[in-house]
Amino acid sequence: MARTSSSSSPSSSSSITKDAQDLLRALWSAYSATPTNLKIIDLYVAFAVFTALLQVVYMALVGTFPFNSFLSGVLSCVGTAVLAVCLRIQVNKENKEFKDLAPERAFADFVLCNVVLHLVIINFLG
Amino acid sequence: MATTAVGAAFLLLLLLPFSISIPQPISDSHRSAASNLFNQISPSLEDAYEALRVFEILAIEKKPLDTADTCKKVLENLGSSSPLKDVFYALKVNGILKCNIDGTIFKDIASRLKATLHDASTLLDIYYSVGSLVLIKDQASDVDVLLTDANGIFHSIKALSQSDGRWRYSSDNPESSTYASGLALEGLSGVISLASSEIDQSKVSIVKNGIVKLFDSIEKYDDGAFYFDEKFVRGSEPQGSLSTTSSVVRGVNAFAAVTSGKINLPGDTILGLAKFFLSIGIPGDAKDFFNQVESLSFLDSNRISIPLILSLPETVYSLTKKGQFKVKVSTVFGSAAPPLTVKLVRAFSTGAKDSAIIDSKELQYNQESGFHFLDSFPKNVDVGTYVFVLEIVLHDSESENVYATGGQIHVPIYVIGVIKVGNAEIAVLDSDLGNVETHNTLDLSGNDIVSLSANHLQKLRLSFQLETPNGRVFKPHQAFLKLHHETKIEHIFLVGNTGKKFEIIFDFLGLVEKLFYLSGKYDIELTVGDAVMENSFSRLLGHVELDLPEAPEKAARPPLPPVDPYSRYGPNAEINHIFRAPEKRPPQKLSLVFLGLILLPFIGFLVGLLRLGVNLKNFPGSTVPATFATLFHLGLAAVLLLYVLFWLKLDLFTTLKTLGLLGVFTMFFGHRILSYLALTSTKLKSA
Repeated sequence: MARTSSSSSPSSSSSITKDAQDLLRALWSAYSATPTNLKIIDLYVAFAVFTALLQVVYMALVGTFPFNSFLSGVLSCVGTAVLAVCLRIQVNKENKEFKDLAPERAFADFVLCNVVLHLVIINFLG
Repeated sequence: MATTAVGAAFLLLLLLPFSISIPQPISDSHRSAASNLFNQISPSLEDAYEALRVFEILAIEKKPLDTADTCKKVLENLGSSSPLKDVFYALKVNGILKCNIDGTIFKDIASRLKATLHDASTLLDIYYSVGSLVLIKDQASDVDVLLTDANGIFHSIKALSQSDGRWRYSSDNPESSTYASGLALEGLSGVISLASSEIDQSKVSIVKNGIVKLFDSIEKYDDGAFYFDEKFVRGSEPQGSLSTTSSVVRGVNAFAAVTSGKINLPGDTILGLAKFFLSIGIPGDAKDFFNQVESLSFLDSNRISIPLILSLPETVYSLTKKGQFKVKVSTVFGSAAPPLTVKLVRAFSTGAKDSAIIDSKELQYNQESGFHFLDSFPKNVDVGTYVFVLEIVLHDSESENVYATGGQIHVPIYVIGVIKVGNAEIAVLDSDLGNVETHNTLDLSGNDIVSLSANHLQKLRLSFQLETPNGRVFKPHQAFLKLHHETKIEHIFLVGNTGKKFEIIFDFLGLVEKLFYLSGKYDIELTVGDAVMENSFSRLLGHVELDLPEAPEKAARPPLPPVDPYSRYGPNAEINHIFRAPEKRPPQKLSLVFLGLILLPFIGFLVGLLRLGVNLKNFPGSTVPATFATLFHLGLAAVLLLYVLFWLKLDLFTTLKTLGLLGVFTMFFGHRILSYLALTSTKLKSA
């Protein structure tokens, strides 16, 4: 098996990268199996977190002057992300705890909590 | 500045024993003042009467007012409905002007007054009624004014008297008044003169005793003036000392005129009252003028004792001009006194009260001028303040009971003269050894000025000598030296003396701090003055250039120059408000860039949704759920819009109110649509 021995000569970095790539591919294929509605929620969470990160970068650039606005913005993103995660937990069919909770009910809670959160956020925005 | 104040206070203290004022009798200046003062007569009859009476007493020819007008007013006020006070004053004016009044008018008034007297209870009513009846008696001899119930009226007036000699205004007013006493006495005298039958003499003597008691409450000034004063009495106008005293004098005079026998009042009291009235000088008020002149006329002709006034044309005698010491003795109105001699009992200096410079000399009398004069001033009289003690000796010993002379009269006299100022010199000395750097003799009577210069290590010395005309030591009230800097800052120093020599030494080493370390040109001004010095002066001696060291850090700052009084009320300086520096804001472009960047995740979200294959298949098809669904989404959109408006311009309360409405709306439809969806999904699952 000279070919296999000759094939063991590639550097450790390329093996690491190959391993990383394999890992990612495996994660990706596993993730693709999740139901679409959960994927929507995940996308929403990613969107919210990304917006929060952008706001932090902006604050780092220009200073914290209207600190309440900064807080309000970041908290809005983080809050809505948290609520979306809660929704995901409740809607996920594999979760045994929330088996008898209708997903519509969870969605209604999500909407209501968001409405209240955003009222507070808008008030604090100044 | 403090030293000037001290000097002024010292001066005042010295003048205190000289607060004895010598009263001057009524003279022509009074008459001219009267013509000016009584120019504008108010329409009241009281004022008209006062003006007429003053002009009558002072024998001024010109009438102060229009006779025809005044007579018309008199007639108007003699009507049957006029108040008592107006009737009284109308009759008084008529007494002087003698208008043409019909006899019937007098009769009507007389009967009205008699009826009023019958029921009168207050002092003022009785006073005016009785007074008016007395005036009618003088002006219309045919009218019957005699009082049948004179004793009763006498009694009703007397009932208002009090034990201290004062009277009350009415029986229900408990406060007594000295002014009212005068009115009461006049009223009583009127009753006595109008009585048809004789008044009981015992009652009259009781009143006389009351008068003596009243005079117990007389007050006295230091210079011998007597007066009555009164505090505010409820129920009447406040009366000053002049009107109160005049009222008493009027009353006592009227009473003394209608009764026989003497009232026990000492002559000194009468003289004191005269001095009080004369010490007012020329009053500026018409009523005061009237009170003064009328009271003096009563005092001048009273039956107790007539005051004689000793007056001096001047109290200052100059040794250089060599005047004559003159006095005049006259009645209060300036008319001639009975034959008398003025004796100079003694004269002494205020500083040496025991040794007299003149002892017991009689003054000579000059018939033409009416003055008593001292023929020769003693030779050894030096400048200063003296007191001359004079005494009036009447030639006729009988007249001692008629006239009041006042015993020994102390008259303050100033003798002034030229003070010799000599040996004046100013020098700049070296501080350590006292060597003279520059030396100037000054001629203080001339006008030349010197220019000196000095630095802080040197001394400035000024000296001069003061001598009285008789060669004695003289210490003036004021001997000041003023250093005036070009920045208008001044320093004043007292010049001290040893014997005749006055000297002041400025040791600049010690004075630098007082001078605020200000170098430059200083004006030197010397002030020497005294009341008895004819040649008091305040003169610029010269200038001195002072070179002083720099002021150290901690030295006192010189005081600011006085603020221009006009600028004090000008506009203030503009106030510049200091605001908190605004925070640094990022450049607008950067913010806009980030605004764009923020939208990116949202776009990414939408793209991702599309990639995931999002569809609206679950949207209900049938109408009712569809409407519910649309309304639910619309409600949510409305809430979001409300939030945007809230951020932009609404306030919390309106938002909450609207949110409540929208929220209920949205929740209702949301509930409906979600329950419908849940139902359909369970149906699908079970199916």
